[in-house]
Amino acid sequence: MIKLDARGLSCPEPLMMVADALKKHPGEEIEVMVSEMHTKTNIENYCQDHGHQVEVTPQDFDIQIVIK
Amino acid sequence: MSLTDNKKKLLVWGIASGLAAVMLAHFGNPKNMAICIACFIRDIAGSVGIHKAAVVQYFRPEIVGIVLGAMILAIINKEFKVVGGSSPIIRFFLGMIMIIGALVFLGCPTRMVIRMASGDIPAWIGLIGFVGGVGTGAFFLKRGFTLGRSHKQPEAGGYVVPLLLLVGLIIAGFTSVFFASEAGPGSMHAPLLISLAGGLIFGAIAQKTRMCFGGMFRDIFLLKNFNLFSIVFGFFLTLLVYNVATGQFEFKMNGNPIAHAQHLWNILGLYIVGFAAVLLGGCPLRQLILMGQGNTDSAITFVGMLLGAGLAHRASLASGAQTAEAAGGPGLNGKIATIVCIVILFAVALWKSKKKVKYD
Repeated sequence: MIKLDARGLSCPEPLMMVADALKKHPGEEIEVMVSEMHTKTNIENYCQDHGHQVEVTPQDFDIQIVIK
Repeated sequence: MSLTDNKKKLLVWGIASGLAAVMLAHFGNPKNMAICIACFIRDIAGSVGIHKAAVVQYFRPEIVGIVLGAMILAIINKEFKVVGGSSPIIRFFLGMIMIIGALVFLGCPTRMVIRMASGDIPAWIGLIGFVGGVGTGAFFLKRGFTLGRSHKQPEAGGYVVPLLLLVGLIIAGFTSVFFASEAGPGSMHAPLLISLAGGLIFGAIAQKTRMCFGGMFRDIFLLKNFNLFSIVFGFFLTLLVYNVATGQFEFKMNGNPIAHAQHLWNILGLYIVGFAAVLLGGCPLRQLILMGQGNTDSAITFVGMLLGAGLAHRASLASGAQTAEAAGGPGLNGKIATIVCIVILFAVALWKSKKKVKYD
């Protein structure tokens, strides 16, 4: 599984990381850690637009997103 | 079911945000300034005495409403999180630079779109600079530009600036402590409660949709994503229909209210705004929304914009509007400041860029 740490990064850096990873690692699961809800929503919408399933698990302060 | 998960829904939200702007223009705000973030921050700077330009002083309730609208919705939706520490001092200066650029053009990207919807040709020409600025910022993002990570901050920090704005509004509403223009754009405003309501609605919509005028082009360039474009297009359409329906639409180069036709400086002013907005992760509106969501870096950016607006008028960096007697545009100070701001933006962008694969 590819692991990305996008916590605390400004827009659109987390989405660029995800887009980059999806392009370079097609078919692999990607776990992204983010800290802000709008980042989570941006990644969810982007993944849905590009035909990927997304599992979101809120943690203590951060949010874990697994992209399949 | 999400209310913001496709372009059609976002277009509808954009139209709704346009209606809030139309309401503000209808009830007294300058027609082609209905809800200009830079102008209104500049007016607040004047009202609290940071600058002394008598025609642009008024504690604009819209700014307070936008921040509180975003904050209330963020708290309801459990999206309020207090974070900060991502190069705050650099963000402070980028905020100053962004608003100086806006005041050379005479408007933030929100007003640029409002002006475009009234047929203001210099605003359409200025759009070239804005797109160029966003493109330049996007280029540096691709090269690894980052201002670094923000981290969890003490909870109280997220409320400080929004509450100060609320206290300021209460003081403005019940006393005459602050300056208020008796003529000029600062004297043109909707009644306080309507302005506040318009701001609250606009802020809530912008929070929900992540509306950002800089992010719109940035996301198209970097991700071929048109979501933010859909919102802004809806906003533009509403203003356009309102202007056509009320006979205020006129394609013209000269004589646009509170504007000038010095094209080079319109382009360069908006170039600064677009470039700075990408480096900051959002346009002036987006900074207000992020501040409402608890982002203390955006609160510091707002303070930078407030002081930058004050400086722009104290040091005559802001442009003059075109009149029958004067061509308007920036004076020598404004032109020098424009060039200096662009040089600083490139220096920051180069300094903070690093070629590195981030997910290794």
